[in-house]
Amino acid sequence: MICPSTKYSSYSTNITSVLSAFIQERPDPSLSHTDVLPDVPEDIFPMVLTSATQELFECRADEDVTQNNPYKLLKKDDILHDMKARAAVSDFHPVKQTVLNYPGEELLLVFDRDFKYGQSFYLVLTEEAKQRILQPPVSTDEEEPEEESEQYVCRTPEPQQPWVSLGSELEIEEESVKDTRERLKYLVSRVRKKFGAPVNFTDRNALESKEGYIECTSYQDRNFRLIQMERNSATQAVLNLKSSATQTQRTFPRNMYTQYKPRELTEEEKENYMSSENLKNFASSAFSRFEIAIQQNKIMDVFFDDWQALSEGDIAFGGKADTYLKEYQSFTDLQFSKDKSISCIKWHPTISGVIAVSVTEKMSFEERINGSTKLLLNPPLILFWSFSDPINPQLRLECPDDVLSFDFCPSDPNIIIGGCMNGQVESSFRYSSAYQTYPGSFVKNEIPVLLYCAVSSIENGHKAPVTDVQWLPENFEISITGVPVENQNQICVQVVTCAPDCCVMFWDIRAPRPAAHSQAERKQKMEEKQLENPRGIPNTFKYLDLSWKPLIKVYESVAVFVNETYKQYKSVKTTDRPEGKVEYALLRVPSEKQLKPLEDISTMFCVGTEDGELVYTSWKLGKDDDSGRLLSGKPSRCFIVHDSLVNTVKRSPFFKDIILTVGGWNFAVWKESVMNGPIILSPCSQKRCMVGCWSLSNPGMFFIGKEDGNIEVWDLLEKTHEPSHIQNISTASITCMKPWIISSKQHFLAVSDDFGTLHILQIPWTLRNPSSSESSVNKYFEKEVTRLMFFDKRKETMAKQKTATEAEEQKKKTELLVPEKLSEKTEEESLAEYESYLTLEKDILKEMGVSLQEEDKPSNEV
Amino acid sequence: MAEVEETLKRIQSQKGVQGIIIINAEGIPIKSTLDNSSTVQYAGLLHQLVMKTRSTVRDLDPQNDLTFLRVRSKKNEIMIAPDKDYFLIVIQNPSD
Repeated sequence: MICPSTKYSSYSTNITSVLSAFIQERPDPSLSHTDVLPDVPEDIFPMVLTSATQELFECRADEDVTQNNPYKLLKKDDILHDMKARAAVSDFHPVKQTVLNYPGEELLLVFDRDFKYGQSFYLVLTEEAKQRILQPPVSTDEEEPEEESEQYVCRTPEPQQPWVSLGSELEIEEESVKDTRERLKYLVSRVRKKFGAPVNFTDRNALESKEGYIECTSYQDRNFRLIQMERNSATQAVLNLKSSATQTQRTFPRNMYTQYKPRELTEEEKENYMSSENLKNFASSAFSRFEIAIQQNKIMDVFFDDWQALSEGDIAFGGKADTYLKEYQSFTDLQFSKDKSISCIKWHPTISGVIAVSVTEKMSFEERINGSTKLLLNPPLILFWSFSDPINPQLRLECPDDVLSFDFCPSDPNIIIGGCMNGQVESSFRYSSAYQTYPGSFVKNEIPVLLYCAVSSIENGHKAPVTDVQWLPENFEISITGVPVENQNQICVQVVTCAPDCCVMFWDIRAPRPAAHSQAERKQKMEEKQLENPRGIPNTFKYLDLSWKPLIKVYESVAVFVNETYKQYKSVKTTDRPEGKVEYALLRVPSEKQLKPLEDISTMFCVGTEDGELVYTSWKLGKDDDSGRLLSGKPSRCFIVHDSLVNTVKRSPFFKDIILTVGGWNFAVWKESVMNGPIILSPCSQKRCMVGCWSLSNPGMFFIGKEDGNIEVWDLLEKTHEPSHIQNISTASITCMKPWIISSKQHFLAVSDDFGTLHILQIPWTLRNPSSSESSVNKYFEKEVTRLMFFDKRKETMAKQKTATEAEEQKKKTELLVPEKLSEKTEEESLAEYESYLTLEKDILKEMGVSLQEEDKPSNEV
Repeated sequence: MAEVEETLKRIQSQKGVQGIIIINAEGIPIKSTLDNSSTVQYAGLLHQLVMKTRSTVRDLDPQNDLTFLRVRSKKNEIMIAPDKDYFLIVIQNPSD
């Protein structure tokens, strides 16, 4: 409670009495209590000067020295003189000694009007004080209080401020605990005589009497029912919470486009540049650098890795075991394909590991007629095999007759077109969704059977077994005259078939234009449509059933056996294929005028015939002047190369114009532009070649299947006179071969034989690795072409020579009479020559100085 | 002009040369043996490359300068001779 920096007026007396020992108050003139004498500094001596002394030293109060000018300098000698004069009476007597000791000449006398030091004057005793007080005279007034306050400040660290009472001392008084009266003291003790006496304790039940105990029972205090209406609570003054929001500019990505064009120079500017001197100099100087660099590149290719290239060649010389075609799987069905022959194999284009085969009876025509009832009971089938199940086929497609060849539609693998033995073309449609449940969930003993959807009309179709079926690619379609036009649907809609009845037919799976049909046909169609489908045949191609007519018939002069795919020579920009199921019934063959003809698709195709010929012709129909009908043109080229029917005509997957044909006892490789003959013709082998196919990964390699069940692997760059590898697959003849690539490590060759077994062989790395590059195979073919050309030329020249020699001989014969005369003449002539020779000899010898006659003379002389 | 043409012909006649382009300092082609779109593409791209290369060489050593640039790729080799005002670009296929 005692705060040294403040003063409490009520306690002032007590405190000041305590403080006075420590604290020196600053003399405040406002304070009335002036009992306290301030402490006098040592170098100041307060003194009283009488009026006589004042007059003497001319320091009369309020006259010579005033409040404003309180300083008076007194001469030391004067003071001494005064002291001597008045001795003890002198006012300066108390300071006599100090004055005598004073060093300076003058002493300062200060008029203390306010009686600061208790007297009216004080004498400054030391020079320093004098200096201090006098200099500067202006600040002396301030110095004094400061000096004092300085002294006080060091004792009271904080400046004392008067305390203003706000009434809190009353509360403090209330709160403080004070004794209101003196504390009472009580001393309670027992009677002294009872100290130490024996005590008797008894028990008493507390509950006996009510006075035995005092309890405080609980009761509901009414006070607590009172609701506290007033309560002391603390509050804190805090700013209200303020919520604020900002809107940031949300940047989102946005496509920005800039279109720019490269800067180009005008012709004039280019001319200017080209003729400038600068460019000339630059070109000539730069040329030397380029020369070096280009020639360097030509001399040696420094980046060519010989080590890598070396290894490829090495592996080709690997052991025989490496080129073995391992059997991966073989499929036979005891029920359906035993004792039957497989006529065609096709891999499923989209589902990997699924292969379809068509099984046919091995019967000749007569046997068929005789056993026709049996044939009706066992309908011919196309079987679907999957790698996941080698024992049971996945699907059976029933066909109206033995299918010799079939093909999947490239744009929709659910459609299959097959060509039958009776000349009909059948189409089947598979539900893809139904099929996809099969790998895995297979119900035993129940192979699903699907029936064909539609067959072609018998009158308009082929008259002989259909030997080959091919789909046209989806880029173009053929119009009625055979002109390739743009295919607006971008799906495959057209099929080509051929048969030994000299026909190549083009079929369209879309419904023909209704205007072409007569009323009767339409009625028939309507009736057909209302027919029920007994076996759940999809209605997709119902409009074609039994009324399917070919679009174009191309007549050949020879029986046609197989034909070949047509590759479009310009890739048309592919628009998006229509997703989802295509309603074929809704598609219509468009009229020719609406479609744009495509110029750059070649209409030439190759056909192999039954007699072993290869025919190269166009399918465009030309107009026959006489009858006005559309007729097919004459074939451009015909070659008889094989001895028996041509069973394979295949294009190489690497080269667009190289074709392999297999037939009879040999095979041939053709180049489309070279129409003089095959560029490679194999020697006749001992067994018939039944089928051939190109390798899909190795240009220059192909496989030939033989009658004795052998497969020959031919590599054109390794050996051309014999196959590089022969392997026996089965004892029956090979009927069909198809290669397929499932993954980069799995290259398969599907081979079917006459027993009805389908073998899947795995092509080993040595055979599937492209040991030869395309360019080298190309070079080989070109070499062969040049050889062919050379042969032809030579034939011509030899023929010419022959005719020339014959002509000469003719000439000689006519001149027989003349030679007799000449012979006589020649004898005479030779004699004459001999004579002239002799004379010449003589002359020479004479000149040399040696002559026979002269020699004789000397011999004579001697 | 004839001299320049003759030099170009001499380069073109070397084996494997696929094309020649002359571009000015800004990258605009002056003369070319290739078609327009390829020329413009080559000019634009190679001009930037040469600028970058030249600045790299000069940064490493200010006394140095780029004299010849050869870019070898799998299929061909592009050679560029820079100059103060022009660039001469030759594309060659070294392997055949």
